[in-house]
Amino acid sequence: MDTKLPGSYARATPPGASAGAVSAAHLDGEYAGVTALERLEIDLLLDAVYRQYGHDFRSYAFPSLRRRLRKRLEGEALTTFTALTDRLLHDPESMNRLLRDMSVSVTGMFRDPTFFLALRQNVVPILRTYPFVRIWHAGCSTGEEVYALAILLEEEGLYDRSRIYATDMSADALDKAKAGIFPLSRMREYTVSYLRAGGTRSFSEYYTANYDAALFEPRLKRNVLFAQHNLATDTSFSEFNLILCRNVLIYFNRSLKERVYELFAHSLGPLGFLCLGHRESLRFTPAEAEYEELDAKERIYRRRR
Amino acid sequence: MSALSSTRPEIIVVGASAGGLHAVEQVLGPLPFSFPVPIVVVQHRARESTDGYAAVLGERTPLPVCEIEDGEPLRAPGVYVAPPDYHVLVEPGRVVLSVDEPVSYSRPSIDVLFESAADAYGASVCAVLLTGANADGARGLARVKAAGGYAIVQDPSTAESPEMPTAGIAMAPVDRVLTLDRIARELLRRALP
Repeated sequence: MDTKLPGSYARATPPGASAGAVSAAHLDGEYAGVTALERLEIDLLLDAVYRQYGHDFRSYAFPSLRRRLRKRLEGEALTTFTALTDRLLHDPESMNRLLRDMSVSVTGMFRDPTFFLALRQNVVPILRTYPFVRIWHAGCSTGEEVYALAILLEEEGLYDRSRIYATDMSADALDKAKAGIFPLSRMREYTVSYLRAGGTRSFSEYYTANYDAALFEPRLKRNVLFAQHNLATDTSFSEFNLILCRNVLIYFNRSLKERVYELFAHSLGPLGFLCLGHRESLRFTPAEAEYEELDAKERIYRRRR
Repeated sequence: MSALSSTRPEIIVVGASAGGLHAVEQVLGPLPFSFPVPIVVVQHRARESTDGYAAVLGERTPLPVCEIEDGEPLRAPGVYVAPPDYHVLVEPGRVVLSVDEPVSYSRPSIDVLFESAADAYGASVCAVLLTGANADGARGLARVKAAGGYAIVQDPSTAESPEMPTAGIAMAPVDRVLTLDRIARELLRRALP
């Protein structure tokens, strides 16, 4: 059973949604190399998916969205987006396949080790002054980064008073995250990253190997709540000291990014931390004014009072 | 030469792999500091490289060079370099990032850059494919041509790794096959009224 947080609208119609909602097609400019017909078909597909399944991809960034849709089109051996819409509406399994395509992103443990090192050195000392530490990992995908964070907190003696909310729009990804089983083949790479991120123990202590799988220690998730939450449609559900949202917002168009930054601003206590991906920045957004840079290089921001 | 390929470019996209730094430097070095078209470069790089590629390139061309952040506006003069381990995609007036799986075994992928540039700019794309040891970029070049854009490939016989330019020539009806020293001149010819 999926845990739904207050403010989740996974299948209901959110307020303000209507057939007249402005689509991505009008927001981000003219694409000289994409026909108006194709843009229309894509808009209709996204609208159909939203109205039938409640998944809102209408404000996703057009270039990566189109790429993923074309890939799904090829995967379904179809030639037009209208044909794909037909299949999506009448064959829910095909919608699951599309959802997997839309949820794909690279994740790993301690990816960008210098970020985790900066977290350890610059953010943890401040978190240590709080009686409780509330963390939101937004868009946690299959959970690798959640376990990395848990390991870091444990080594820093903070885990016991931390509560981590790990959310994602994909129920499938959350199931994997909850299981805490990852390919053994990635462990060597993760070990290197772990050490570069300032790890103080032996990485292999955190998992047991079984055939080609690594099962991570269940204690690492005892303070983690995995829940479905959709950044495109859902609202704020709590107040946090630290929000991590890394390499998720790159898939959203400008207006959706702004919506999410608003959401984060409402979800952070004063002086709360926001951590973005390695090449993400508040620089080209209005939200920039609400934060100060704690670590410009590692994309760690602090909400102004 | 078709009428479409006389369109002045609004964006120049460059792809390079093995041997790339030298090649890209040769292409960008001779350009004047006021070069009026933004240039986006994908150079295949190791996943966790901290080699300061943009800084090094910045010393070898009069144009301002920076490493792309998600949502970076495209301005001229300007050279925008793909960061390691992200794909670069083009929107009208901006570049955005993705961490989707490697394409043609590469992330950043030249195919991804070229294809999205063709989507966003159509016939106003000028694509340049340089030295490299795999076929990334060949499909992208074909897409640029299909959209009416202009394609320049480095002469394989002079390339440090000829595979990539050779694949480009095989897959796309390229407009020019040039040695490195001639590419800058061709870009100027295309860019200036």
